[in-house]
Amino acid sequence: MLLTTTLLFYVFSAVLLLSALLVITARNPVYSALYLVLAFFNAAALFLLLGAEFLGLILILVYVGAVMVLFLFVVMMLDINLTRLKEGFLRYLPLGLAVAIVGVLEMVSVFWVAPLGRVPAPGPIPADADNTRALGQLLYTHYLYPFEIAAVILLVAIIAAIALTLRRRPDTKSQAVGRQVAVAVKDRLRMVDLRGPRQ
Amino acid sequence: MHNALSHWPFAIPEIWVLVMACVVLLVDVYVGKRQRDLAFVLTGFSLLAAMALTWADRGQSGFAFFGQLRLDPFTSVASFFVELLTLLVLLYSRKYLLRRGLYRGEVFVLLLFALLGAMILISGSNLLILYLGLELLALSQYALVALQRDNLRATEAGLKYFILGALASALLLYGMSLLYGLTGVLNLQQIAVALINVGPQNFLLVLAVVFVVAGIAFKLGAAPFHMWLPDAYQGAPTPVTLFMSSVPKIAIFALFLRILVEGGYGSIEIWRQLFIALVLVSLLIGNVVAIAQTNLKRMLAYSTVGNMGFLALGIVAGTQNGLASAFFYAVVYALMAVAAFGLIVYLSREGFEAEEISDLRGLGRSRPWAAFLLLVIMFSLAGVPPTIGFYAKLAVFQALIEAHFVWLAVFGVLMAVVGAFYYLRVLKVALFDPPAEDLHYGADDPLAASVLTVNSVALLLLGIVPGALLAFCFHALQGVL
Repeated sequence: MLLTTTLLFYVFSAVLLLSALLVITARNPVYSALYLVLAFFNAAALFLLLGAEFLGLILILVYVGAVMVLFLFVVMMLDINLTRLKEGFLRYLPLGLAVAIVGVLEMVSVFWVAPLGRVPAPGPIPADADNTRALGQLLYTHYLYPFEIAAVILLVAIIAAIALTLRRRPDTKSQAVGRQVAVAVKDRLRMVDLRGPRQ
Repeated sequence: MHNALSHWPFAIPEIWVLVMACVVLLVDVYVGKRQRDLAFVLTGFSLLAAMALTWADRGQSGFAFFGQLRLDPFTSVASFFVELLTLLVLLYSRKYLLRRGLYRGEVFVLLLFALLGAMILISGSNLLILYLGLELLALSQYALVALQRDNLRATEAGLKYFILGALASALLLYGMSLLYGLTGVLNLQQIAVALINVGPQNFLLVLAVVFVVAGIAFKLGAAPFHMWLPDAYQGAPTPVTLFMSSVPKIAIFALFLRILVEGGYGSIEIWRQLFIALVLVSLLIGNVVAIAQTNLKRMLAYSTVGNMGFLALGIVAGTQNGLASAFFYAVVYALMAVAAFGLIVYLSREGFEAEEISDLRGLGRSRPWAAFLLLVIMFSLAGVPPTIGFYAKLAVFQALIEAHFVWLAVFGVLMAVVGAFYYLRVLKVALFDPPAEDLHYGADDPLAASVLTVNSVALLLLGIVPGALLAFCFHALQGVL
């Protein structure tokens, strides 16, 4: 059992890392977005392996279901010139590499000073652990008040977005279904006698 | 308090405002086209009822929602004032909104939500709640500022306000996170207990207080964090400026009171020094730069900066009297600002905002009553007796001298004298300059006219008998310390 879990962890992690790498190397931004979806899926699977089923599902629902779909829309709607984007890759490479090296060095130094052992390992997960229920119980009892306020903030965001962007333009070409259905033959069809005047 | 229902009675005014905001929203969607006044009347009714509900709560005190909401005299008094001010804003702005095609349900809904944010902020006693309340207040305001989206200045003001407001929120949040990291709790009462063992020389606490104070100063508009203020005030539709210059000041004062006084045990020595710096810069910039302004709204914006300096004088005193006088100053300033911007709203019409100082030329001859009200408002802002503005400054200076900050009080008085110059210049233009031929004021809204009269005369009457309001504000601060 433990072996399968470990095996799955390595498989998921490998796919996650690979797809993350492909996100930044893919030539087509649509492919990048799709690889990112794959990366999210694998991260969600890792969460599920850890027993955090709520986080895993939320990750799929919110990021894959909503954020990435929006992202794809944007990518497809924008007219992105791929060759222009690739320009200067070599020019920026040294700086990018330097930033990456600094990041890695910092992480290594943190591990050097405070190895992971200092963080107590989590205890074994009880068989009936259910973090969806636990989160829900906290959210709807102890944190009910802030939870409600957060909901109000989202409502305000919706109202504000609509109030700021909704524009009723009378000159847009849209279908008036009622008038389409109510149309009569004589509105559309004019009978013309093409035979010409009789002799 | 394990019964879930036992918490709700403490939040009745908040719940009422929330429910009514949703009702107004729905009513406007369905019948807003035919009954354009319905949303306006409903909003006015909800504000009146909210004031009644808050008034009914005034004797109570206690905690609800596991210490996240605190009901005490300050909550009731401050909530009452923000509801009253929102009602004034609403009454002032009907005609203005009608004329500019802004007479839509969303304006009222967003106003109600902004009020709700202010009320949550006032009654919050938990870092999370305070932040959420602040964001609710701010988000509604950003949208209100940019509502005239075809107006370039309004959208620019909205964007500036949004970006700098987000920056301020981030600063505040960073300070809050440090406080949380230091104590491990979110409830302010528990934070105060946990800070007993920390002491004011702790570097993290200093850092946390610095960030919190910077966030608060940003939101208040105290210099040197005032860059957004003149542009936002000038660009926003004047009724929104009316709201921005009044309600948030009281709400942000509540934020300061909750975090730094209630929760920041032993941090007074840290924030006092910070506020001294804020006072010096605010008084200087607010009063000196205002002289150079030709736009009335910008001038009043700088006057806000200066007035926030006077408010912070009370905070610097740090005593019970000092904080009470600062609260009194916040309330009085809000009343004066509402009257001043209300006058601009009243005089404006389509295509004429009455926002340049030169637009007031000869007001004394063409509109003598409006000119008299302007006289009262400007005297009150300048702190000339017998207006209430005088007592507000007096209370602050008294508390400051009691706390042995005589040099700061002297500086404050000097700056008040400098400030009097530009308030009186407005009066000079309005009363002694010859009227221009081409000026036609709107000034035909009886509702705004009566509210303006009541508001301005109240500034005068409260100045003659300031005892009740003063006692009301001092009573509010009794429970906090």
